[in-house]
Amino acid sequence: MDSAAGVVLEVRDLRAYLYTRWGVVRAVDGVSFVLREGETLGLVGESGCGKTMTGLSLVRLLPEPAGRIVDGQVLLEGEDLLAKSESEMRAVRGRRVSMILQDPQTSLNPVFTIGDQILEALGQHHVDGERSLAARAQEALRRVKVGAPEQRMRAYPHQMSGGMKQRVVGAIAVAGEPRVLIADEPTTALDVTIQLQYLALLKEIQARTRLAMLFITHDFGIVARMCDRVAVMYAGRIVETGPTRALFRAPRHPYTEALMASVPRLEGHVARLPSIEGQPPPLHDLPPGCRFADRCAYVADRCRREYPPTMPVGPAHEAACWRNEPSAPSR
Amino acid sequence: MQRFVLRRLAQSVLLLFVLALIVFALARVSGNPADLLLREDATQEDRAHLLRALGLDRPIHEQLYLFLAGALRGDLGESIRYRKPATEVFFERLPNTLRLLPLAMVGALALAIPLGVLAAVYRGTLVDRVSGAVAVLGIATPSFWLGIVLIYVFSIRLGLLPSSRMGGPSHYVLPTITLGLFLVAGMMRLVRSSLLEVMGSEFVKLARLKGLSQTVVIWKHCLRNALIPVTTLFGVYFALLITGAIVTETVFAWPGVGRLTYEAVIFRDYPLLQAVILLKAIIVLGVNLGVDILYAYLDPRVRYA
Repeated sequence: MDSAAGVVLEVRDLRAYLYTRWGVVRAVDGVSFVLREGETLGLVGESGCGKTMTGLSLVRLLPEPAGRIVDGQVLLEGEDLLAKSESEMRAVRGRRVSMILQDPQTSLNPVFTIGDQILEALGQHHVDGERSLAARAQEALRRVKVGAPEQRMRAYPHQMSGGMKQRVVGAIAVAGEPRVLIADEPTTALDVTIQLQYLALLKEIQARTRLAMLFITHDFGIVARMCDRVAVMYAGRIVETGPTRALFRAPRHPYTEALMASVPRLEGHVARLPSIEGQPPPLHDLPPGCRFADRCAYVADRCRREYPPTMPVGPAHEAACWRNEPSAPSR
Repeated sequence: MQRFVLRRLAQSVLLLFVLALIVFALARVSGNPADLLLREDATQEDRAHLLRALGLDRPIHEQLYLFLAGALRGDLGESIRYRKPATEVFFERLPNTLRLLPLAMVGALALAIPLGVLAAVYRGTLVDRVSGAVAVLGIATPSFWLGIVLIYVFSIRLGLLPSSRMGGPSHYVLPTITLGLFLVAGMMRLVRSSLLEVMGSEFVKLARLKGLSQTVVIWKHCLRNALIPVTTLFGVYFALLITGAIVTETVFAWPGVGRLTYEAVIFRDYPLLQAVILLKAIIVLGVNLGVDILYAYLDPRVRYA
């Protein structure tokens, strides 16, 4: 695979910190990845590891006033989004990069109709002379498989189910025909059957529009179903990136390995589900070495002193762990 | 919606009945009006005559029956001081209070909303802190003190504005400021805090994700939601003022229902006091109903509940 081909979004050494009264929380601390056209990259990790902060940094909507992007580049089709002004950024949001938020119950404004809220997403962008905005809004609803769009346009959010609301949020996200869609745990708040329908819907939209998708989740089942590649995040950094199958079959970072071991399996009988002992280090007080060292089964002295660089471990597969270092020192 | 209004009306009627009982009882345990109305050299006969004229010689349950039966017909007795039906006295004074209101209310809203929005948007900055300090001052300043200070400065020292009574437009300035400052302060703080709460919600993030500008997000998406609790406070204030700002009207000798309430108490004009309290209660209940209907307009979740 040509590594430069079809790259829509490239994130280089992104750092986004939260300046709180307890100190500087390094929520995103040197994150790099690429996203190609039509591809889904899963961003996996436990709660509080910086997944959502990474997503919000890409659209520059960190919580104010605490959140700030400190360093790095977010290259969207070659343009650095971090160098743009706020008004230039507004032209990017919704039209070139969109995001689906986690909780459909709170993502829609309770006092405006569904129609108003979709129209707003359309009206913001290119004006289409031929078809009326309302017709396009109805079409947007039809695309996310919302029945009776004419009536739904007049409904208020509280009159809809959670699954239906999340479809509307999806319709809003893709209304501006973006190149990149960030989906931040879009199905966490939905029940299982609705989850599968929603994921299938996202796949369908992606197949049609060649969207590049960054799928934030903590659910390996969803990763297996949705993602071409996976990036595993731990304490503000990506520790391993690789093709989904390769990473599932042979994880090369002890954290990924431990995460996989804690996923319940149908075959075989396990008395007790293994879990990872301990807690991730506090993000406002990080150790100098590997952040997983304290919980790692393979920890060595060096791990506590030096943070391991990201090393290739296979085709398009890399991990940041000293164990992957070629045993013979080349220098 | 209709059922909602009907239910609220039924509740109001019940409330009024209970209130009528309380008012009736209070007027009779707070001293005998005959003692105040009679001259010091009045004879025992004069006293008996007066009590008979006022109906106070009858057994208490009969007095109550007559009071309630009269109230149902819209007859709340005759004012002892004005020698006119009490309701008539009340409705003569009500327009004066109403004339003072719109300016103070509209002015307060017109100031409180933008100031509250500014304080929320620039939270933590100098703008926010100054407006917060002014608000605390506004809430903490008693109306009688502010009124007197304003009269002292603008009427007595500078001689710019009239100190009391109704008259031309200049008469409205000081009472309006006295009423308005109190309102602005409270509402501004509420606009700020409820806006801040709304600004943190997910739908605001989604609105910004659509590429909407900060201005549209704040004034359209946030403010409409933030105004829901502000409406409550507005209703409370409105009811409070429409029934007469007793202190302000007294300080400025403004002949509204607030001052009338004060007079009725001071002169033990108990039929007038009963009438004033009941009529005010009806107004307050009406305003509350209006606020509930306004809620339904602002928040569709109420409309369809």
